[in-house]
Parts: sequence; structure tokens; C-alpha cells
Amino acid sequence: MPTRIRLQDGGFSLVEDPFTAVADDLQVPPGDVIISLTRFQAEGERLLSEGRAVGVRLESDEGAEALAYDLPRIAVVALAFPKYRDGRAYTSARLLRERYGFKGEVRAVGDVLREQAGFMLRCGFDAFEPADGSSPEDWERATQRFRHVYQRGTDARAPAFEERGQ
Amino acid sequence: MYQYDAIDKDFLADRSAEFRGQVARRLAGELSEDQFKPLRLMNGLYLQLHAYMLRIAIPYGSLNPTQMRKLAEISRTYDKGYGHFTTRTNLQFHWIKLKDAPDILDALASVDMHAIQTSGNCIRNVTADPYAGATAEELDDPRVWAEAIRQWSTVHPEFSWLPRKFKIAVTASVKDRTAARVHDIGLAIRRGRDGALGFEVMVGGGLGRTPYVGSTIREFLPAKRLVSYLEAILRVYNRLGRRDNSNKARIKILVATLGAEEFARQVEAEWEKAGDASDLPDTELARIRAAFAPTRFETLTARSEAFEAAKATSPALARFARNNLKPHKQPGYGIVEVSLKAIGATPGDANAEQMEVVADLAERYGQGDIRVTHEQNLVLPHVKLDDVAAVHAALAAAELATPNMGLVSDIIACPGLDYCALANARAIPIAQHIAERFADPDRAEAVGELKIKISGCINACGHHHIGHIGILGVDKKGEEFYQLTLGGSGAEDAAVGQMLGPALPANRVAEAVDQLVEVYLRERQGEERFLDTFRRTGVSPFKEAVYADAH
Repeated sequence: MPTRIRLQDGGFSLVEDPFTAVADDLQVPPGDVIISLTRFQAEGERLLSEGRAVGVRLESDEGAEALAYDLPRIAVVALAFPKYRDGRAYTSARLLRERYGFKGEVRAVGDVLREQAGFMLRCGFDAFEPADGSSPEDWERATQRFRHVYQRGTDARAPAFEERGQ
Repeated sequence: MYQYDAIDKDFLADRSAEFRGQVARRLAGELSEDQFKPLRLMNGLYLQLHAYMLRIAIPYGSLNPTQMRKLAEISRTYDKGYGHFTTRTNLQFHWIKLKDAPDILDALASVDMHAIQTSGNCIRNVTADPYAGATAEELDDPRVWAEAIRQWSTVHPEFSWLPRKFKIAVTASVKDRTAARVHDIGLAIRRGRDGALGFEVMVGGGLGRTPYVGSTIREFLPAKRLVSYLEAILRVYNRLGRRDNSNKARIKILVATLGAEEFARQVEAEWEKAGDASDLPDTELARIRAAFAPTRFETLTARSEAFEAAKATSPALARFARNNLKPHKQPGYGIVEVSLKAIGATPGDANAEQMEVVADLAERYGQGDIRVTHEQNLVLPHVKLDDVAAVHAALAAAELATPNMGLVSDIIACPGLDYCALANARAIPIAQHIAERFADPDRAEAVGELKIKISGCINACGHHHIGHIGILGVDKKGEEFYQLTLGGSGAEDAAVGQMLGPALPANRVAEAVDQLVEVYLRERQGEERFLDTFRRTGVSPFKEAVYADAH
């Protein structure tokens, strides 16, 4: 079974991935799947009624709002990085967590490099499909590089202005 | 001045360690240049024509003497003994070796300096009024807000991978010395009807390929809501800014495409939804504010007899005072402009000895405070008038006292084809030719305020669009030509310059500037500046003079 890096209880580990990512031109196989937003809008009801877990992949030009009313039924939102320089998914992740209260898995897919780990963690991602062969240990290290942060993120870290107030 | 606390210092140490690891991976071949590029750019390291260039952040253009001496030391140890102050109030070293970059960042961190986000598609160094804390014009000290923005924007989790670079300026005076209206966001401090502090928020200004003057999207933003409002602007931009074409990716294009009203509506809607969770608490704003509190001013009379006597016997000092000494809010003090535009020199360059002279003077006479201006000069913001003669003498001995602030030879120029891989033409020699042509200080003073800005390519690092006379280097079949524009301004009367006519060959540019100046001297009425005369007469008389031979 394929794997992904998962953030659980503050630690990174390599875990099996029960989800199959299905392209729009392929038939949906049995079991848990991640499908496009377009397909979810057309077939989501039916797939969910079959009792399986369904995840949705949002491309970087698709806003998180599109899923606002469906989120409680969705297991995974996979946010695509067509290039690692494309930073739209950071906003989508924050909106999913902060505005829409999504509790499921937010997964980074596409051009995902360990250099982005710190940013992703602070925006609410908790699953990663790295494209650079990096290990959970690499991700652990990458997210621990900075002892302090200056802004409030979706993670629990206290920003500098709060640390100073203590 | 703001002092870094343990948190700020830890942050720089961590960043430096991170980059050391990345450089090691690059040197070991574990990272390709393609993968390494964005990482080095986030630390200000560019690959230029001859070597790496390191761009060091000088947040809101503010330096202390220890920092200035460290820059001098770095220039001697790792570069060729000089550095280049830029229009973004940063300092560039142009002859850096990749293997030295981590050591340089460590050296910088030892004096609370860094190169974080001086490049890349992220929020860049914040510009603030170089006279902050010294001018009587200001409503509040803009450095307080610039420092708050520095912290908020540093390694921002959501806004570090924007469609394109992002520049913010903060000004608090009627006279805008930051070019706020040509920044991605310009913030002008205002007082509300009830006296409360706030900002006029201007968005979508910028130069480069398609110049725009920014639009005001909010007349009055309560000061304490600054960060959440910035987040709303950045969020709309991060989502909707174009990513398919880097020439159309700046926020100015988004604002122009949506229209300022629609852009403002989207920002307001986002801001309302996001609430105030990201705003800084009053205690933090107060902590930052306290760091900039005025200190150590003596109670003096407005007139210094010693200074008046010295001026009476030294025409050079009197000329320096007329052009390089600006009024201070405190009686008996002045703001001293240190010219990095000696006739024939490279605009913005300072060698290690000059940096040390300025550091010494700041320490001895200037409350340890040094500023960098976007016009590529330095400022000693708090000098007692009693001491101006001594400061002038020391500056003059180091060739830093050229009495030309705002005059024709106070030229902005980018590094151009002498250094930069993007340039089409050289900028520095053009600046030198013009300055030499106007070397006579009496003539320069008679001409008065005239801002000449030169860029070696359309990216407009030399701000040519907002020069009273703008000069843009273009490549015509392998030869350097220069396109002149007139009537631009980056100040409170911001405007994009208007094209004069066909591009001129390099050897015609200084002569053409001379011809433009002659037209102005002939046409001017009363106290008009070059810019005012141009705005009244339009381009015709100027065009006729420069292209007379062509008819």
C-alpha cells in the first residue's frame, strides 16, 4: 500500500494510505478514494452513500468555499501544489481549519518539498506526499528549525507577541 | 531605536543555521540550482553577471553604528571593500562567494541584521520615512508600525509564496519621502476626526513594466487593526493574483483588472470574516513604541551662534547647510543628509572607510542613529546645530558632503549592466556623465529641485517612471539607448512620467538633460520647480529643444 507522512500528536510518521487518488478519466475503484471537486459535485452523493470514505482534491485555483457545506462528510481535502512556488494552498488550508472548522485530514500533494514543511504545518496541513523523497525525520527537523514564530497560525504555537507578554 | 530581544536574536540564529544547511546541501550536490534558487533568494542571494550578490535588509532604513561598522567589516572581508545602498534602503554586496554566504549571515546576525526576504515572492523590507522621529511634520513615528510589519511579515506561514514580490511603505508626514504611492501597499498615518490614529491605505502602486500610482482603498483604518487588514489584502492577492505570467503577477495588475472599488470590496469582506485574531495586542504595540521613544535631546535655543558664525566664514558649510541640512522637531537640532552622490561616483556606493566615518559621526554627534533613504543617501537624523560644522568637515574629508540633496546631481541609478544580469544598458556611467555636466554647484542650486532617476531595464529598480526626468536603458540591436520621460514623481504628488520622444544614444543623454534644464530655466515662473514648470507647459517645449536637430 502507498504511504504518506502524517502528523499525529505532534510527531511525523510514515503511515499507510488507504485512499486511492482517482483521475477524472478513470473509473472509481472500490474503497476509499480522493476525487476532483468536479467529480465530487457530480458523484459525491452516490459515493458517500456507498459507505466509503471520500476525499476531495482542490486544485490551487479552486477555493475552499466550494466545499464549505460538505466538509463534515469529507475525510480528506488534498490541496494541490502544481509548483512548490504556488502558495494558494496555504490560504486554502487556513480557511479550511479556521473558517470552516474542518477536522479531517488536510493533505499536501503535488510539488511538495521539505522546505515548505514549516509553512504547511502552521497553516493546518497534517498529511504530506513529498516529491523530494524526504522522510518523516526530515519533516520533523524542518519544522523544528525556528524556536519562535511571529504570527498566530492554525497550529498551537504562541507567537512572539504572546511569549513576550508572559 | 528598536533593540532585538532574545526572541528576535534566536530567530536570526535559527534562520542562519537553516541557510547554512541549505548551502551545504547545494555545495554537496544534494540540491540542484533549480531547487536551491528559491531558498537562496529568500535569503537575499542572487546570481549576477560576475558573482553572487547578497542583499542585506536594513529594516525601514534604520542602522546603528555597530551595524554600520559590521557592514564595513564584511565588505572588506568578503567583498571588494564597498557596498551599494539601494532604492529599497537595503545594502548590496556584489562580489560574494556562495561558500562565504553562511558566515556573512552569521556575522550579520551578531549585530541583529539579516538578509531575510530581501528577494523572492514574499513581503520585502518595509520602507519608512528616513526622517522618522526627527521631523516635526509627522503625526506619529512610522518606525513603530514598520517594525510591527517587519515582525508580522517575517517567515509568514501563509504569505511567503505570493504571486510576486510585495513591498510596503509607511509614511506619517504630508511630505512623502517613501514613495508610498508606488508601493504594493502604501500606508499614510492619519488622525481620525476624534483624534485617533489610523492609516490611509493605498494599494496597487508600482513601477516596473507597467507603472501605476496606487489607489486609496480605505481612507481611515484604525491603527490597531493594521495587521488584520494587511492579512486581508494579502489573502485576496494570494488567491487571485496571476501566477501564469510573472510580468502580470504584481498586485497592481490585480487591482487594475478588478478595479480599485471591487478590490476594496473583496478586502473588506475578507477582513470582516477574519476578525481581529491576527492583530497585535496593545501591550506589544506599546513595547515597540517605547523602543522608539525620543531620548537624550538637550534643551537648546533654535539658533546656534557657533553654527551661524561658522557658516559666515565658510561658504562650503553654508552651501551644505542650504542643501543638506533639514529642520528638526527639536530646537537647536538638525537632520543632516549624507550624500552618496559625489560627482563622478556611483550613486549609492559607499566604501568601508566611508561607512566607518558615518558610524563614528553617528556615535559622536548623532545619538547613534543612521538612516538610509530610498534616494540612496544616508541621514544623521539628530545632530546638534552646534556640531554641524564638525560633522560637515568630517564628511567632506570622506567625500560624503556633496551639497546636492534633491538637486540635479542627486541621481538615483540602479546597478545596471555593469553588474546586473537583467539590465539592457548601463545606468551608472549615465549618472556620472550628468553629474559631471552639472558639477558647478552654483548652477545646480540655481536649477533647484530636480530628481533624475535611471534604470538599466524595464524592471525599473532605478525608479525612472517617477523621476522628474526619468531615464530608461533599452537595447536597440545590441546598442545601449535611453528613453527619457518627464514629469514623474514618487512624492505626495505621485505621477508616472510621460515619454519625451525617441530613445537617445548614450552620448546624447547628458546633453539632452542639459537642454531640458535650459528650457526649464527659460520657461519657469516664480518659484516653480522643474516638475511644476513641466506640468504647466506640457512636453512640447522640452521635446522641441531635445529633438531640434532631428527636424
